[in-house]
Amino acid sequence: MMSGGVDSSVAAALLVDEGHEVVGATLKLWGGESDSGCCSISDVDDARRVADHLGIDHHTFNFGDAFTEHVVAPYAADHAAGRTPNPCIECNRHIKFAAVDERARRLGFDAVATGHHARVVQLPDGTRRIARGADADKDQSYVLHVLDQDRLSRTLLPIGGLHKDQVRAHAAAAGLRTASKPDSQDVCFITKAQGRGSFLGDRIPLTPARVVDVAGTAVGHVAAVELVTLGQRKGLGLPGGTDPRYVVGIDRATATVTVGGPEDLLVAEQLVAGWAWSAGPESGDVAVQVSAHGRPKAARVVTDRDGGAVVRWAEPQRRVAAGQSVVAYVDDLVVGGGTAT
Amino acid sequence: MPDAYLDHAATTPLRPEAIAAMEPVLAGSLGNPSGAHRLAREARRLLDDARDAVADAVGARSGEVIFTSGGTEADNLAIAGITQATGRRPLCSGAEHHAVLGPVRAAGGSTVATDHHGRIDLAALERELGAGPPIGLVSAMLANNEVGTGQSVAGVAELVRRCSPDTFVHTDAVAAAPWIDLASHTAAAHLVTLSAHKVGGPPGIGALVVRDGTPLAPLLRGGGQERERRAGTPNLVGAVGFAAALAATVRDRAATAARVEALRARLVAGIGEQVSDAVVLGPPEPDRRMPGTVLACFAGVDREELVLLLDRAGVAASWGSSCSSGASEPSHVLAAMGVAPELAAGALRLSLGWCSTDADVDAVLAVLPDAVARARGATAPAEVSAR
Repeated sequence: MMSGGVDSSVAAALLVDEGHEVVGATLKLWGGESDSGCCSISDVDDARRVADHLGIDHHTFNFGDAFTEHVVAPYAADHAAGRTPNPCIECNRHIKFAAVDERARRLGFDAVATGHHARVVQLPDGTRRIARGADADKDQSYVLHVLDQDRLSRTLLPIGGLHKDQVRAHAAAAGLRTASKPDSQDVCFITKAQGRGSFLGDRIPLTPARVVDVAGTAVGHVAAVELVTLGQRKGLGLPGGTDPRYVVGIDRATATVTVGGPEDLLVAEQLVAGWAWSAGPESGDVAVQVSAHGRPKAARVVTDRDGGAVVRWAEPQRRVAAGQSVVAYVDDLVVGGGTAT
Repeated sequence: MPDAYLDHAATTPLRPEAIAAMEPVLAGSLGNPSGAHRLAREARRLLDDARDAVADAVGARSGEVIFTSGGTEADNLAIAGITQATGRRPLCSGAEHHAVLGPVRAAGGSTVATDHHGRIDLAALERELGAGPPIGLVSAMLANNEVGTGQSVAGVAELVRRCSPDTFVHTDAVAAAPWIDLASHTAAAHLVTLSAHKVGGPPGIGALVVRDGTPLAPLLRGGGQERERRAGTPNLVGAVGFAAALAATVRDRAATAARVEALRARLVAGIGEQVSDAVVLGPPEPDRRMPGTVLACFAGVDREELVLLLDRAGVAASWGSSCSSGASEPSHVLAAMGVAPELAAGALRLSLGWCSTDADVDAVLAVLPDAVARARGATAPAEVSAR
């Protein structure tokens, strides 16, 4: 998959160098405006021109309907329900490593490659894991925890062993036009000009909410409780000059946001839904990461038969906003993950 | 090059007559036709001759032909030009080309229903003409570009004349031009759109025929070329190639249409034999559709995958319309025709042209069944799978 960025450009170049028969595909996922994601016309143009440069065919796949159904609509619904979704992970789960993989199978291809900063490694027992990318700052293993053994067996991540500057150097040496293109980071279907609040406001009702402290005293208000996230510090309209205060509770029913100190967020356990182990259960200590670039913390994971899990922290940790991915690692390997409830 | 080119409705190869006519113009360093010297007069003469040839093909007078940059500009000029000149809104059917739908919507116009073959619903048109603010223009394509359905512009014009005598009639004849006599089929329209590259001329040139007495505000203002209706230095080499291609098309039309109709019959029969549940859209009667287009739908197939599989097997085909990114967009034409979305999702347009041969049909029929089976999820044969 070629997004038109430097990472996937180099991923394609490396596969061509290795002698694979490579076909580039750019996904058209969103019909609206996009200034940071993978579906703008200029990004498609960049991907196509890199493919031309590499001498490979390039196609544009329209997965707009599936993207709306599996990523955008749940994104809005999750916010309406008070959760903090991670749309990139849902896109990986339903589109990039599902619908695209299924298309690739029908078209006769053996594998789907992307430009993610992560690696696929095969263990002595034959099973595969996602491993952290060589560039710790760019590591994207967290958003790939949804890949099961079947998907992993058909996934190639060619740049996972490179640092970003090596990727750019390779692109420059190969004469790829994307060599110095800036990274994209934001949610691809929301433009910077429009912003999250306006995007969601067009799709779900936004509810003004009171902001109170842990004693129940009113300290401010926010325009939309749907835009507030557990652990949030900024954008609460609180006067400065005090110790940092965080969102420690969100009550949708009474439209109340509670703020408190960091200690008010600490919990010994975190409940997780939809837990899946990459290969098999890990009964011992694991390191659990709860955001894309968060620090992993020691824990044990106890799962039930229905995909529910309890993460028991070795030391109390901040509660995770519902909807965020909770990913377990052993050393550099992703061993399982689920969604915080 | 693919083994077989079945996308003539998107663009068709240059005719040798067009190449022969353009070569001396390209090499000849002629002047600007608007100039006052000998080289300018030579250019002017070539442009006049080209205009005469286009006028002949459409049954128009030379002064009624406005050269444009192509079909899209001609459609825009017709719709915006009449809307601005009359102060009244335009109408068209929902199965029109985007080059018509876009300017109709931009001018505050609306769309009316079609029948299941994509022809404008005359009863719905009559209702719309009698309701609301007066209509300045009705645009009705002579043949549909995705399905190939032909439409009686005379019938539409007759209704318009009866219900709303001040309303002008435009027809986009781009998809019909390779196949049927334009002079007789467009005689009832006040404005006619043509495009060169669909008849074996070069891309980048087209024409809007505007019958005398039809008011038209220009889109492009400037040096007053094309009788103040389309400013800009004329595309002389394009006009010359267009005229030559159109003349050759008219000269060979009857024979080409009959030959391609036979190819199409073989193609449709072969598709039906090999993929028993294929659904070929459009009217079956040859006099109600163009010979060049086969729009076949395969349930359970994603058209992007089918076109890609055919491409990899050496067959150039299309799903109908495309956006500039190259991705497929849901077909508004099939939606207007009431085709079920799951059938429209598996639409394949195979379009033949002036230089299509039996070998093209053979090549498609040789690979289509396997491509459809694979798009439906059959296991790929090992020898064509990628590493």
